[in-house]
Amino acid sequence: MGIKPNLRALAILATAGLALTACGSSNSSGTAADGGSCGHYNIAFLGAETGDAGALGLNMVGGIKVALKEYNDKHADCTVGLKDFDSQGDPDKATSLATQIVNDDSIIGLVGPGFSGESLATGKTFAEAGLPNVSPSATNVTITQQGWTTWHRVIGNDDAQGKADSSYLTGTLGMKKIFVIDDASDYGKGLATVVKDTLGSAVVSTDEIQQKQTDFSATVTKVKGSGADAVFFGGYYPEGGLIVKQLRQAGWTGTFMSGDGSEDPAFVTTAGAQAAEGAILSAPAGPAPADFNAKYKQVNGSNSGLYSSQSYDAANIFLAAIDAGKTSHEDVNSFINSYTADGVSGPIAFDDKGDIKTSTIYAYKVTGGKLDVANPTAIK
Amino acid sequence: MHFDFLFQHIFELTITGLALGAIYALVALGYTMVYGILQLINFAHSEVFMFGTFAFAWVFVFIHGTTSASQGLGSTIGLLILALVAAMLTSAAVALLIERVAYRPLLKKDAPKLIALISAIGASFTLSELMGVRDKVAAWFGLEDNLSNYVSNARDIYANPVTINPKGLFTIGDYTVTDVDLVVIGAALAMMLALDIFVRRTRFGRGIRAVAQDPESALLMGVNSTRIIQITFLIGGLMAGAAAALYMLKIGTTRQNAGFILGVKAFTAAVLGGIGNLRGALLGGLLLGVVENWGSAVFGTQWKDVVAFVLLVLILLVRPSGLLGEALGKARA
Repeated sequence: MGIKPNLRALAILATAGLALTACGSSNSSGTAADGGSCGHYNIAFLGAETGDAGALGLNMVGGIKVALKEYNDKHADCTVGLKDFDSQGDPDKATSLATQIVNDDSIIGLVGPGFSGESLATGKTFAEAGLPNVSPSATNVTITQQGWTTWHRVIGNDDAQGKADSSYLTGTLGMKKIFVIDDASDYGKGLATVVKDTLGSAVVSTDEIQQKQTDFSATVTKVKGSGADAVFFGGYYPEGGLIVKQLRQAGWTGTFMSGDGSEDPAFVTTAGAQAAEGAILSAPAGPAPADFNAKYKQVNGSNSGLYSSQSYDAANIFLAAIDAGKTSHEDVNSFINSYTADGVSGPIAFDDKGDIKTSTIYAYKVTGGKLDVANPTAIK
Repeated sequence: MHFDFLFQHIFELTITGLALGAIYALVALGYTMVYGILQLINFAHSEVFMFGTFAFAWVFVFIHGTTSASQGLGSTIGLLILALVAAMLTSAAVALLIERVAYRPLLKKDAPKLIALISAIGASFTLSELMGVRDKVAAWFGLEDNLSNYVSNARDIYANPVTINPKGLFTIGDYTVTDVDLVVIGAALAMMLALDIFVRRTRFGRGIRAVAQDPESALLMGVNSTRIIQITFLIGGLMAGAAAALYMLKIGTTRQNAGFILGVKAFTAAVLGGIGNLRGALLGGLLLGVVENWGSAVFGTQWKDVVAFVLLVLILLVRPSGLLGEALGKARA
């Protein structure tokens, strides 16, 4: 969507005009933010709000809205807005949206992209435009190895999660023969590869399925034939749920473990309560504190979910930057690099690649026919 | 390459492949019959299947509720038959709707086949997206709270709350054949047989064959071709509904785009067996299901589609009209 230059100039003039009038009215109160005149900034969100994984994106938008509500209640004279861009989780759609985002001068930073695939597809665009971003949820290891200086995430990457999952399987659970399955996605394959490499000789065999596949009879035959006592699946719950269901129906009784892509109550719905029982789903995110959940419910009218607290923390970084008077892309970026705080999702500080410095991986269990989201075990 | 693995588990891989292949075959019938009489690929047929899967799950939610449960095949048989009937009727209704809205107006105007093809693709998107926004549709009528068990999270996985656990019956080689395997394969074969008899022996069947052979002569001989086309869509819909019920019995979850991949596979099965040929659809479906499983075993599951489509290309090279490449109209009475 290319806006003609003269139209764009007009749009900028119009926005500036609006901004001037808005600030004019607030001058009387004399409590303008430390950063000087009000700039009417926006935070952008890029991720799936509809589509197969739309529920996750809505969790993120909900978290950002809580942060904005808190900020705007305190700064009624100079509010910050949200511009959300729905990629449906599709890297192709995300690419064109990324161009829109970097061409929007009102956007000071991006919360997102939501998934690893779209992060890899858009990272270059953001890095070249110098637009800083903080992803609440993209965990693929290679994203922060691309040399994009503006790219950050407030969540532990798949390397940390895969290593923790491996030590949980062989150490805590004492498994000897592990069958590793992945779904060929950037995320699933990345996580499964870390697990495979860490487990080494404990991997008895592997298989790769496809997203949207629903019949896994060949994979089930392979798992049973391998004599595995545990299965690790790198992928999302629509496939993960069906795999564990079909394994149980074929009489396999071993331990099923998967990562944060499967850590969703819908995993249990998909598998059925009986088949899902005892499954272990890890995530680089602990349960959000109760007062955050209450605020979330008040703002959004629904319960918070996976990545809500990370998105809240990510949005707060940008809001803190605005408060500190940092509004140019370079200033915001260096502000993020030196940012430290205790967020609702854990302590936040970034290393030189943009990864979060400390992250804890949690193991969630399906017990009593439900995913116990409130009481995970922290994996050491 | 794991040929040793394939031979060790040949019975298990074959039987589970046949069960999926039987479902492909039932859906393939819809493609093949419509092609037989109209020389037209009904791309919206995958949505006919998808609506059937939802109807099946809704019956369970309506009668059983949303609490997760698992039961054997025997104790749910009444509910299963009810859900099967609902799925068949829903799919048939959707198929008739497609015929009425997306095809008949075009056929009446004698539009080129290509236009009808585009119309079918449009109908496919419309129906799939309609299912994906059913929560918003319900909200227009102010029913989203009353119907929340049926419409909430419209784009996410929708699961039958009752998991049907298969029970082992007897062992072939090292594989214990389950009651679900038998019901899926048996029901699909029975439907095929019934349809074959219908097309070969009944008055309507003769009409279908007549229109397939030569629509204009059939018209001159007093065959109501509009009615015959309607019946063809109806039968295709009924079969897709039955396939949907068997699919839900075996897999148990669906979603708004569940028809797409299955539709592509069923269409492949129809071409493999010879499009326009009923027995070809059966053969193509079963063959495709088994080959996918064997391919998964030998090369890894990520290669299963490659194996299936390489087979399709090879067969079409040797027999361009498919394995049993004989048109619907040439079937002998």
